[in-house]
Amino acid sequence: MKILIDEGKCVGAGTCVLAAADVFDQRDEDGIVVLLDDDPPHALLPQVMDAAARCPALAIEVVE
Amino acid sequence: MDHIVLVGASAAGLTAADTLRREGFTGTLSLVGDELRIPYDRPPLSKQVLAGDWEPHRSALRREADLQQLRMDLRLGCRATGLDTAERVVTLADGDRLGYDGLIIATGLRPRHLPFGHDLAGVHVLRTLDETLTLRAQLQAGPRVVVIGAGFLGSEIAATTRGLGLDVTLVDVEATPLARQVGTFVGGLVADMHRDHGVRLCMGRHVTGMSGEDGRVTAVTLDDGTRLPADVVVVAIGSVPATEWLAGSGIPLGDGVLCDRTCQAAPRVYAAGDVANWPHPAAGGRVRLEQRTNATQQAITAARNLLSGPEQAVPYTPVPFGWTDLYYTKIQTCGWCPSDATVDIVDGDPEAHRFVALYKVDGRVVGALGWNNARALRAYRSQLAVSVAA
Ligand SMILES: Cc1cc2nc3c(=O)[nH]c(=O)nc-3n(C[C@H](O)[C@H](O)[C@H](O)COP(=O)(O)OP(=O)(O)OC[C@H]3O[C@@H](n4cnc5c(N)ncnc54)[C@H](O)[C@@H]3O)c2cc1C
Ligand code: SF4
Repeated sequence: MKILIDEGKCVGAGTCVLAAADVFDQRDEDGIVVLLDDDPPHALLPQVMDAAARCPALAIEVVE
Repeated sequence: MDHIVLVGASAAGLTAADTLRREGFTGTLSLVGDELRIPYDRPPLSKQVLAGDWEPHRSALRREADLQQLRMDLRLGCRATGLDTAERVVTLADGDRLGYDGLIIATGLRPRHLPFGHDLAGVHVLRTLDETLTLRAQLQAGPRVVVIGAGFLGSEIAATTRGLGLDVTLVDVEATPLARQVGTFVGGLVADMHRDHGVRLCMGRHVTGMSGEDGRVTAVTLDDGTRLPADVVVVAIGSVPATEWLAGSGIPLGDGVLCDRTCQAAPRVYAAGDVANWPHPAAGGRVRLEQRTNATQQAITAARNLLSGPEQAVPYTPVPFGWTDLYYTKIQTCGWCPSDATVDIVDGDPEAHRFVALYKVDGRVVGALGWNNARALRAYRSQLAVSVAA
C-alpha cells in the first residue's frame, strides 16, 4: 500500500488522524497532515481507506 | 436492491455513491445533479478559486477516470422535479422517470436572496462554481465591493476580495462578524482582523436598499442612511434547503428533510449533507449542519443504513466539525459554539493569534474552537466525541 498526500489540498481537518493515528499526524503550526508511514502494514488498510474516504479535502490517495 | 437513485451530485451525493460501491452494491446507481459540471467541492470556491489561485478543475471531487469506476448512470444538468414515494419514482425535468428501490436525497442548499437588488447587474450570490467564476471575472476591473452578511461565507469573501487589493465593505446586522456562528468574543477578534487588513466594517446595520444606473448596481443603502458606493455586491445572508422538488411527496419537510436518528426520511429514503435535518442526542433536538465534513460523514452513514435495512441501521451522532480560512488564519470548530455560551481560553493566547477556546452552556462543554491551532484542537474533539457517545 502506498499513500500519496496533496498538501495543497489538505485543510487540516485532522479527520485522517482520528481514523488512523498510526499513519497520520498533523503539523503543529498549521495542522497540515503529516504522513508517519507512507507504506503502512496491510492490516491498517481498512483504517487508511476510511481516512481517505472521510478526508473532506480528498487530499489522501491510497494506491493498493 | 437493484436500483438506487441519488439526487444532488455534490459532496454528499458522490460520497454516497462511493460508499455504496465500496460496500458491495452492484446494481444500477443513478446520480442526478442539476449543475452541468462534474461534481466539484465548494469550500475552495470562496477561497482559492475566487482568489484565482486555483483553476476551476482543481476543485473537482473526482477525476473523470475515478467517476467512471463508479459505473454510474450520471445525469448532469438534470433537475429532479418530483418524487412519488408510493410508486417509488423520481421525476426529472427532461420528463424521464427513474424508478428506485432506494433513494438518497442530497440536494443541499440554495442561497437566500434579499427582497431587492438581485435584478441589478453586479449583484451576486456565491454557491456554485459558475457563480464564483462570474464574480471572479467582475473583480478584475478593480471594483468597490460590498459584501452583505458576515457569516462564514461573507467573511471569507471579504477576506479573499480584500486579498486581491480591492476596496471592501462588510455589512451585517449583528454586532460582530460570525456572531451567530461562534459568538461575539471570537467575532470581535475576527472584526479586528478584518480592520487590520483594511476591510471597512458596518456592523449592527440593516441593508435597506440598493440603487442602480442603467441596470447596474451603484450603491447599497443602510438603515442609518449611509450610502455605500458599490460596483459589485455579494449577498451572503444564508441559505435555504433545496427541497422544493419534494413538495407534495409525503417526505416530511421543515428546515430541510426531516429524518429519524438514522437519516431515514421514509421507507427506503434517506437524506444526507446540508439538506438533512435529524435528531442529535448531544444537541437535545433536531440539527442541520452546513459543514463539509458532515456531508461526507452523513453520506457514509446514510448509504450504509440504506443497504443494511432499518433493523441494522445505526444512529448518526457526529461531533460537528467545520473550518474557515480568513487571511492567514484558520479557524476550526467542533461541537456547538452557540453565541450565548461562556468562552474560556484553555490553550494559547488570542494576543499571540493562536488558541483553543471551550464553549460552555450551564457549565457543560458543548464545543471548542481552534484559532491557528488545529493540532491542539483535536484533543478536545476526541473528548467531545466521548461525551456525544455517552
Ligand atoms: C462557497 C462555500 C464555501 C464553503 N466553505 C466551507 C468551509 O470552509 N468549511 C466547511 O466546513 N464548509 C464549507 N462550506 C459548506 C460545504 O461546502 C457544504 O457543507 C457542502 O457542500 C454540502 O454538500 P452537499 O452535497 O450536502 O450539498 P451541496 O454541495 O449544496 O450540493 C447539492 C447539489 O444538489 C444539486 N441540486 C439541488 N436541487 C436539485 C434537484 N432538484 N435536482 C438535481 N440536483 C439538485 C445542487 O445544484 C448541488 O450541486 C462552504 C460552502 C460554500 C458554498
Ligand atoms: S483529513 Fe484530509 S484535510 Fe484533514 S488533515 Fe487529514 S489530509 Fe488534511
